[in-house]
Amino acid sequence: MPKINIRYQLGNHAIAQALYDSGVDLVSGYPGTPSSEIIEALARLKPDCHVEWSVNEKVALEVAIGASWSGGRSAATMKHVGLNVASDPFMTIAYAGVKGGLVIISADDPGCHSSQNEQDNRRYAQFARIPCLDPATPQEACDMVPYAFDFSEKFEIPVILLPTTRVCHGKSGITIPGTEKPGKKIGFEKRPQQWVMLPAHARVRHNVLMEKQDIMAEALSSSKWNQLDIIKGAELGIIASGVASVYAREAMDRLDIKASFLKISTYPVPLNLVEQLLDSVGQLMDSAGQVLVIEELEPVVEEAVRSISGTRNVDVHGKDMVPRNGELNVSIVEAAISKFASVDHTPHVPEELSVELPNRPPVMCPGCPHRATYYAMKKAFGKSAVFPGDIGCYTLGVQMGTMDTCLCMGASITTASGIYHAGETEPICCSIGDSTFLHTGIPGLLNAVYNGADITVTILDNRTTAMTGHQPHPGTGLNVLGDATFMASLEDISKSCGVEFVEATDPFNVKETIHVFKQAREHKGTAVVISRQECIITARRSGIRLTPFTVDPDECQGCKACIRFGCPASSFVESTEEGEKGKAVIGELCVGCGVCAQVCPFDAIKEVSE
Amino acid sequence: MTEFDLVIVGVGGQGTILASDIVGMAAVNEGLPVQASETHGMAQRGGSVINHVRLDCRYGSLIPAGRADAILGLEPAEGLRAIDFLSPDGVVVVNTNPIFPITVLSGASVYPEVDAVLGELKGRCKHLVPLDADRIAIEAGHPLTANVVLIGALSNFLPLDVGSLEESISNLVPPKTVEVNLKAFRLGRESAGVD
Repeated sequence: MPKINIRYQLGNHAIAQALYDSGVDLVSGYPGTPSSEIIEALARLKPDCHVEWSVNEKVALEVAIGASWSGGRSAATMKHVGLNVASDPFMTIAYAGVKGGLVIISADDPGCHSSQNEQDNRRYAQFARIPCLDPATPQEACDMVPYAFDFSEKFEIPVILLPTTRVCHGKSGITIPGTEKPGKKIGFEKRPQQWVMLPAHARVRHNVLMEKQDIMAEALSSSKWNQLDIIKGAELGIIASGVASVYAREAMDRLDIKASFLKISTYPVPLNLVEQLLDSVGQLMDSAGQVLVIEELEPVVEEAVRSISGTRNVDVHGKDMVPRNGELNVSIVEAAISKFASVDHTPHVPEELSVELPNRPPVMCPGCPHRATYYAMKKAFGKSAVFPGDIGCYTLGVQMGTMDTCLCMGASITTASGIYHAGETEPICCSIGDSTFLHTGIPGLLNAVYNGADITVTILDNRTTAMTGHQPHPGTGLNVLGDATFMASLEDISKSCGVEFVEATDPFNVKETIHVFKQAREHKGTAVVISRQECIITARRSGIRLTPFTVDPDECQGCKACIRFGCPASSFVESTEEGEKGKAVIGELCVGCGVCAQVCPFDAIKEVSE
Repeated sequence: MTEFDLVIVGVGGQGTILASDIVGMAAVNEGLPVQASETHGMAQRGGSVINHVRLDCRYGSLIPAGRADAILGLEPAEGLRAIDFLSPDGVVVVNTNPIFPITVLSGASVYPEVDAVLGELKGRCKHLVPLDADRIAIEAGHPLTANVVLIGALSNFLPLDVGSLEESISNLVPPKTVEVNLKAFRLGRESAGVD
């Protein structure tokens, strides 16, 4: 039954419900902020469709493509950079086309709230010539889902739904669109000219792709996602896309600007609507009409507007007034519009504070096993060793000096190999999480062994995909529904890649872990250290409670070894007495991992005795 | 007037999302259009978090600088960090209990005197409600209800019925904790010193 009531909910949760209500047969994805909650919410709906956390985005998209080729409706979810991983199937599925509707959800992150870059995936849509929907609000994202499936089936092409962080993690009262579930016959149909991308077939399919562009553009252009409001006689025109359109509306109202307005939420850019706007503002005889394009990140719309503005009496503005980097907001858009329209506007200027506020960067939790691993790693390898890194909570190891690089998923082992082969003589010890290792780390490990990289690979195995909200992966032995399944062994995988030195250690045992790291360092060739201890968040959620620790003030010498360890549960109280040293104290955040007690050279840290 | 722009700030793990959900859900149940925005992901690991909640809103979820009607600070320094969002006629409801960031615990930075933070806040708003929400939460029955205590204090300024806020609380907190949370809400509401 389609839901008709309004519910206050997260954009991603509403997208999940809309997928479900559209009769989706399969949803696959790899966790990544801001996309992760879509699959989590679908799993909670106890769906009669197949939902999975795939090992990476390329795998996820290919699984979804298989379902579509069998006539099922499918969706693949990922963060924007996930589409880079999936770009190989993505570029060619445009040629091959689909049977059942396929929606690729690329959650973009302007402003890099939780990402290593802020690439604009509308460029991917252009590149592959795949249609793209760019919702302005959570409600619109949700409404676009059934439309995207219908469109995908009608034109036999995948559709990208591209919600940004503000849509995914926006909340509002959302009505889930009622949809007719399509009558489908599931069954793989052999269509070799279409599904087998041999060069001879690919040439034909490329032509098919080009031939459907115009008719798709026409259908998208007349959809309700684009809105054109022409004001007769106005010589100003404002074009805004996706989430920027709501900032533009607010800024125009606040500045009391009368301008023709075009909201764009579909790609390819609806040029006939742009033409109408350009013609309307360019009608005046004595002066050129003025058009401002407001869009986050890349000038995708602006370039399209410029491609047809040359023959008209209009001046086009865009990235000369609106930043090409970072996330937009009302204040930025208001400043751009006031400049464009030459209206007086007093921008809000932040006042200086009379007190200085300390920075509050995100940190590894009290009891986080990564901190313990890094402590031992640094002890064994020394500060001058090279520590290539990867993507996860453990990237916060940059605060401990054990994270010298972070590029993209899986790049730790590979860049470590390159650093070694370039001739670096310091020891090299890289870090990669368990989920990231299974995502794209394995080929890098195989490559390291195959090509003889003398490096240590540390797999920080906290038994979950922690950073994105604790999703299971093949190493956990649980699937997305929490049901038991095959549990992949990191030891066995490493050995299968040809690694001769594979040792697991418990990072909460500092002495043992330092010893294992020292052995790995001495080993000639690629060594793997699996530092295994459950994420403290999931451990506590499952009811594990350890006795907290406390500092014996009589034993504490004020050396600050525990403070340098960097646990948020520890702090230092300076002495008020002249010449007296201060003391460390452990606060109520302590979860009892006991690592600081092993770090203390004076045995001053002890378990709390009740 | 039911338009109301609220910025909720705190430290990852303090319950800022529950606090904004209570307000957002109550407003939706009263039939108001609401747009809200939350911090998820990296910033939740003990970093600064900020949520925007806009009641009776036709636009997007981000509140423009200088235009928020209220700031709810679950932590004093975070309350002040967000002050730029507040309109000069705005209200600040703030917990007076600091949480020291790692930069302070490690000795790299200094946390300002809480009175200095409150003084700065007072000079930048029309009405300041400083509250020892941690103490009131314990009085209500559980230290983790400090966020609900602060929502109680804020409720004096929101264009929403007390009944619908209480209903949201009942729907959002674990069933066993409804009574404690409702008590926290009422104690917070009474502690704000608003008639």
